[in-house]
Amino acid sequence: MSENALPKSWNKETKPHKFCPGCGQALALKILGHAIDELGIAQNLIYATDIGCSLLSWDMFNVDTIQTHHGRTVPLCVGFKKAKPGAIVLSLTGDGGGYAIGAQHLLNSVMRNDPITIILINNANYAMTGGQLAPTTLLKQKTTTTPKGREIIQGRPFKGPEMLAQISADDTYIARGISTNYQQLLNMYKKAISNQIDGRGFSFMEVISMCPVNWHTNAQESLDFSEIEMAKVYPLGEIKVPKALT
Amino acid sequence: MKKEFLMGSEVIVKGAIASGAQMMTGYPITPTTEIMEHWAEETVKNPTLKFLQTEDEMSAGFAMMGAILAGKKAFTASAGPGNVLMQDAFSMAESMRLPTVAFIGQRGGPSTGTVIYSQQEVTLTCFGGNGEGLRIVYSTAGGQELYDYAIKAFNTAWKYRFPTFVLSDGYQNKTLGTVETYSPQEKEIEIISSNPYLLNPQKQKDSFTHLRNTYNLEQELADVLADHKKHFTEMTPEIVEFEDYHTLDAEVVIFAHGIVAAVAKLAVDSLRNEGKKVGLFRPITLNPFPKESAISAILNKKGILVVESSLGQFEGMLKANIYPSSTPIYTLKKPAVGIMPNEIIEKINEILLKKD
Repeated sequence: MSENALPKSWNKETKPHKFCPGCGQALALKILGHAIDELGIAQNLIYATDIGCSLLSWDMFNVDTIQTHHGRTVPLCVGFKKAKPGAIVLSLTGDGGGYAIGAQHLLNSVMRNDPITIILINNANYAMTGGQLAPTTLLKQKTTTTPKGREIIQGRPFKGPEMLAQISADDTYIARGISTNYQQLLNMYKKAISNQIDGRGFSFMEVISMCPVNWHTNAQESLDFSEIEMAKVYPLGEIKVPKALT
Repeated sequence: MKKEFLMGSEVIVKGAIASGAQMMTGYPITPTTEIMEHWAEETVKNPTLKFLQTEDEMSAGFAMMGAILAGKKAFTASAGPGNVLMQDAFSMAESMRLPTVAFIGQRGGPSTGTVIYSQQEVTLTCFGGNGEGLRIVYSTAGGQELYDYAIKAFNTAWKYRFPTFVLSDGYQNKTLGTVETYSPQEKEIEIISSNPYLLNPQKQKDSFTHLRNTYNLEQELADVLADHKKHFTEMTPEIVEFEDYHTLDAEVVIFAHGIVAAVAKLAVDSLRNEGKKVGLFRPITLNPFPKESAISAILNKKGILVVESSLGQFEGMLKANIYPSSTPIYTLKKPAVGIMPNEIIEKINEILLKKD
């Protein structure tokens, strides 16, 4: 499939999508659409979105979808999977939903090795509410609630995948991709979903994304901030891969 | 049908199973922990029953909704600060018309309060969340009703698709007593079935369901709420319940709910034995409130005595429903503590001595 083609699993009636111009999440979800197409799972998939920008995808895909509350997408997915183990359950959340308000759900889900797949978009700020400090905001990065730039007293940037890798079971898939590397992200998505389909266990992916509107950056600056500045702090690649997927 | 000697929490679990409950999610908190424990024991006996002990009450609420979306009859139980946290989930259930069932065991508040008894979760359970309180709340008065209303709650929730609550307290949940258990068939109670909201096997290929609780336009939400309110109003006469105990010829009518109403009944019996004309009106559904029946019960009475283990949550609810009644209202309000029949009798005697 061409990188530029619209995914078959995208809901054509709701296009153009609702994300801001230049948003990396739209790219990330387009590649997710291609992964859903290639795995042929649209009929047996539920897609659950958090609050924040991720809710803008509530009708983005031709898959059964539920939009939840802030931070609560993971427990809803856990309950669904428990009730219907044969379903493929995919949770989309932001860095606030996963690493702040829903952090204890994420931690406990990995501890239980729940067989669900979680995709977390890291754009280094709370974007839907206008660009506040997020757990993933870089040091010195300015946001509306850190006008002088993030200082160490406000905490270090949150390295979710690295933390989860330390406490997860062996058959867990954990990776960090970026919205602008099509092939790498596509492969990661396919592994993160296959790990659930094959019944191994918990799968987690962080996707580095761009937020030009809140970063106040032009196209090149947005690419540079995500691909260079963020990738320096948040290294790209697979962090934990079950033997069966290597 | 058989008589069994059971603890209140076990009665709830037996009623839930009789009503077709398939999954429970929860987080331990007194006085509802034993509901989880008994359910966990049942899952050992019957592996088709599922159980998830979650990391907190928010997770319990949302995992319950996940299971319901998948087509299971799932429920939860909580109390006090746990009931507060669970409002996050109940608010979504209210918004999306999901048929949740929750057993709330009231304990003292605010905050961590005390762990066994109070009637201070009336407002929270009926109107918690950032919505309009389109919820169904049954207030039970002891062991047998825990069984009866456990069965009824699932049926009501799945038939009308509003979040449904069985409001009890630790006295009820932790008391051992004799209860008549039965299958719904024995009493010709039809059990409402559950269907998946998502991944419904009946759905047509390439048709997909998109569910949300966020709206783009203010008018969109206003229209949804108007529709929900219409359904709630239409449903009300079908589900509203109350117990009227000798109010017809009564000079003074006691208003009480839950276990306090059971105590008030003893007071009424005692006063009636002395020839004093006293009655009891007990709403069983606190929400929707039996408004018309309550208004008829107080017509031309000397007074109303509101009795509750709260500083006035039930009184406020009553006043809102009987307005603009001019019948004088007296109160016996004891937040966080139990109420004895003698205290009610004393208060009634004071009212009866008052000159018109």
